[in-house]
Amino acid sequence: MYPKAFQYHRAATLKEASDILLQLGEGAKLLAGGQSLIPLMKLRFANPEHLVDLNFVKGCDYVREQSGALHFGALARHASIAQSSEAARVPILRDCAAGIADVQVRNRGTIGGSLAEADPSGDWATVLMTLPAEVKCVGPKGERTVPVSEFVQDAYTTLLQPGELVTEIIVHGPGKNSSGAYLAFKRSAPVYPTASAAVQLELEGDTCKGIAIALGCVGLTPVRPKEAEAALRGKAITEKAIDEAAAAARVACDPQPDMRGSAEYKRQLVGALLKKAVKAAVRRARGEQVEMSHIYA
Amino acid sequence: MLEAGTQNQAAAPTRVVITVKVNRKAYTRAVEARMLLVEFLREELELTGTHIGCDTTYCGACTVLVDSAAVKSCTMFAVQADGAEVTTVEGLEGTDGALHPIQKAFSECHGLQCGYCTPGLMLSSLALLTKNKNPNEAEIRKALAGNTCRCTGYQNVFRSVEAAAEAMRSAAHGD
Repeated sequence: MYPKAFQYHRAATLKEASDILLQLGEGAKLLAGGQSLIPLMKLRFANPEHLVDLNFVKGCDYVREQSGALHFGALARHASIAQSSEAARVPILRDCAAGIADVQVRNRGTIGGSLAEADPSGDWATVLMTLPAEVKCVGPKGERTVPVSEFVQDAYTTLLQPGELVTEIIVHGPGKNSSGAYLAFKRSAPVYPTASAAVQLELEGDTCKGIAIALGCVGLTPVRPKEAEAALRGKAITEKAIDEAAAAARVACDPQPDMRGSAEYKRQLVGALLKKAVKAAVRRARGEQVEMSHIYA
Repeated sequence: MLEAGTQNQAAAPTRVVITVKVNRKAYTRAVEARMLLVEFLREELELTGTHIGCDTTYCGACTVLVDSAAVKSCTMFAVQADGAEVTTVEGLEGTDGALHPIQKAFSECHGLQCGYCTPGLMLSSLALLTKNKNPNEAEIRKALAGNTCRCTGYQNVFRSVEAAAEAMRSAAHGD
């Protein structure tokens, strides 16, 4: 299948990409990993007149640690994040990176592209919302850094302005006795999840001192279920408290029925995923190694 | 040559001259920007061993290696492979025409039936075995999760990869 013909622009720098975007206006799209955009173009759901290819911009696919924070270049591929020893320090990031789609897609897809697309079923926004994470952007008005929770505004909508693009994602390392887990269920490896749950928590003995939960694929943007967090915050993490959090999460989410399942099925699923993610996060916060990744048939 | 991103942006070309090294041989062609890598391989270079299965980034039949990384060549434009090294199924056999250990193992272990998905499966296997000489079953399953096979039920595919890994380890030790 061929996409509609387009004009191809190869940016040498992110600044140049921003300039080209601004000059060409609405008809231009950025090409990062292309694992969502190219399929959409082949199906003619997206018909950009111009593509601005970021893949030849040097030095924006890094994963590095800098004064206690993790920095991901916008073009860092899911695969390189999954394999990076720096990112492994924050296990929830590895859970996400190593489980997105399949090997081939992870080799191309990028963290910046995933965030900027803001697909309601995308994994990164859900995971990053549980962390002190920021998105650095550059545009005609210069640079700005915004929290992930503000960056994603609606389904397929971010606060990026004309000519503006993502340059970096910054994750400030969680403190001591903190850890997290991300669990997504998908029908098969290459597809988007049906539902997912991300948890980041801090323990003080057996008590949950702080917690952030985000649920994916069950709303237009990742859902932060405040009541589910309240069911655990400041309390001993018992089976009963986890059940209450899951029940609150099922109420807080707003899933749409589609080919992946009915709304009720997704509510049940997201609660079950949350329970498992909380238990894994607790074990990790206590120093245990727990392997976790997307589940599929 | 390519004038993208230079002074005259409105007149950026829809055709672009690219040079891609495929199976150790360099090819220079002027291609339409919208040409997919898989079409470039099949139509421009007549390397028809790379198959188009679903054409929707699902099945992995079109898997090739780009700079050693497995990718779905139906989900990458040929212009993006400019300057890259691509390996397709045609590049597996040795210069003397001998089958690659992965090809031999798929044949001997009945890792294929109709064979349509096999080129993609073998390239995914090569990407795995280049990085991991002795993968366990879970690692093999994860590495091949992006390749769909409707005939075999996968069991013989996994056996093929194990056999290929063993053969490649033995060859590396000069046994």
